[in-house]
Amino acid sequence: MLDERIAAELVGGYIRELAASGQRKDGRAFDEIREIKIRPGTFTKAEGEAWVSLGATQVLVGVKADVGTPFPDTPDKGVLISNVELLPLASPTFEPGPPDENAIEMARVVDRALRGSNAIDMEALAIKSGELVYMIFLDMYALDHDGNIIDAFALGSLVALSRTKIPVVEVTEEGEMVVKEETFDLPLRDLPITFTFIKIGDALMLDPTLEEELVSDAAITISIDSSGRVCSIQKRHGSFRVDEIKRAVSIARSKYPEVEKILREQGGLV
Amino acid sequence: MPLIVEKKPEVLITEDGIRTDGRGPLDLRPIKIQVGVLSRADGSAYLEWGGNRVLAAVYGPREVHPKHMALPDRALLRCRYNMAPFSTPERKRPGPDRRSVELSKVIREALLPSIFLERYPGTAIDVFVEILRSDAGTRVAGVTAASLALADAGIEMRGLVTAVAVGRVEDWVVVDPNHDEDQWGDADIPVAFLMEEKEITLLQLDGPMTQEQFDRALELASQAADLIYEVQKEALRRPYEAVRLEILRRGE
Repeated sequence: MLDERIAAELVGGYIRELAASGQRKDGRAFDEIREIKIRPGTFTKAEGEAWVSLGATQVLVGVKADVGTPFPDTPDKGVLISNVELLPLASPTFEPGPPDENAIEMARVVDRALRGSNAIDMEALAIKSGELVYMIFLDMYALDHDGNIIDAFALGSLVALSRTKIPVVEVTEEGEMVVKEETFDLPLRDLPITFTFIKIGDALMLDPTLEEELVSDAAITISIDSSGRVCSIQKRHGSFRVDEIKRAVSIARSKYPEVEKILREQGGLV
Repeated sequence: MPLIVEKKPEVLITEDGIRTDGRGPLDLRPIKIQVGVLSRADGSAYLEWGGNRVLAAVYGPREVHPKHMALPDRALLRCRYNMAPFSTPERKRPGPDRRSVELSKVIREALLPSIFLERYPGTAIDVFVEILRSDAGTRVAGVTAASLALADAGIEMRGLVTAVAVGRVEDWVVVDPNHDEDQWGDADIPVAFLMEEKEITLLQLDGPMTQEQFDRALELASQAADLIYEVQKEALRRPYEAVRLEILRRGE
């Protein structure tokens, strides 16, 4: 297989030329997102899950629930643990092993989008103050990497979280833990959507493909909540001018309703 | 602490040989396979087998990293079996444990005899098996999917490898043990065959069996493999069939 960095070098000039004339290799507009598809079916043993594709990029997100002790500084809040696995199955450049810096960054960016918008009602996940709370494991699995995995992860996370049903746990007066058969819906109060842009020359492009990512000068991920607020930003490689970041934020805000509609229609979110 | 309470069924198999999922002793769970499901991989397959959901991907033949591992006269076959954290009732900690290291090895050795490795000297062929959802028999599901992913990658092979598990529940030999039988049954025997020659390329046994029961188990495994082999071949042909129909349609 041809190393993708060599391929990027070869096709890079063409992508740059196109960008300078307002075009993209796959014919999309600069602010056009690839087709989002949520695959129906059950693929995991998770309490909530979503197999999402963004163009040719595919991810699988699973939410597992458990119980444990809360952090000492937040005795009345549940715990959210986000984890990204960039499987070697997803790309010839991903290697087996513990999460590398890219995987850790992606997990933390999605995590911050959720926290920044207070998307999950963490107080509702406490069982007994200071002793027992629900722990929510958000595992994001890359399956097929054709660029912008991070937005695919964020979309998959929202769908998976919105579908999460957690068994009710009660603590008896004797202090014994009882797992009930009934479940409750994970309390999801907001839908923070992330929008990743790359910069090629002066062009700002939303939802980059892998080829575009590899030739890009800079990248930034912005998350917007349902009331149009910016709830997290992560500049990744490269640099932006202030006006470019402002432009990216306003494009992200203007695209929010379109993506939210897809999530609600295809993902069954209420 | 897991939020799932498991209960052993009172009866694993009735006097008439009815199993906890309603199957008879010789029945397989439903199997569905699709090849070419991933765009980046050179070959891939997605398999549903009972409650199992498995993805297999093949990269290669490609350059070997680290270089000193390269073999001068044949390809290096590497295999990684991995369970997703959300594939089990209780979240599995990501990363390899001792079980997955062993399974990676036996899966590699199940596939090895099927590949003409000498056609690709100095290269690596990497096989990745991801268990997305586990429901007993993940290693045989993994082998069955991985062999198709190799074929989908266009790697020269002697033939497909087909795997199936058989088990013993009390005095019954059962095909394709389910979760209950895997958990509380008396023996479990995963088997893989290189179907062209019906060579056995994987065989493990866990639990006591009489010689008679063992002979019967191998016979049943072989018969079950014949059925699964047909599903594999059909899955491999399907994309080409779609192309053929498209050509016919355009011709009209």
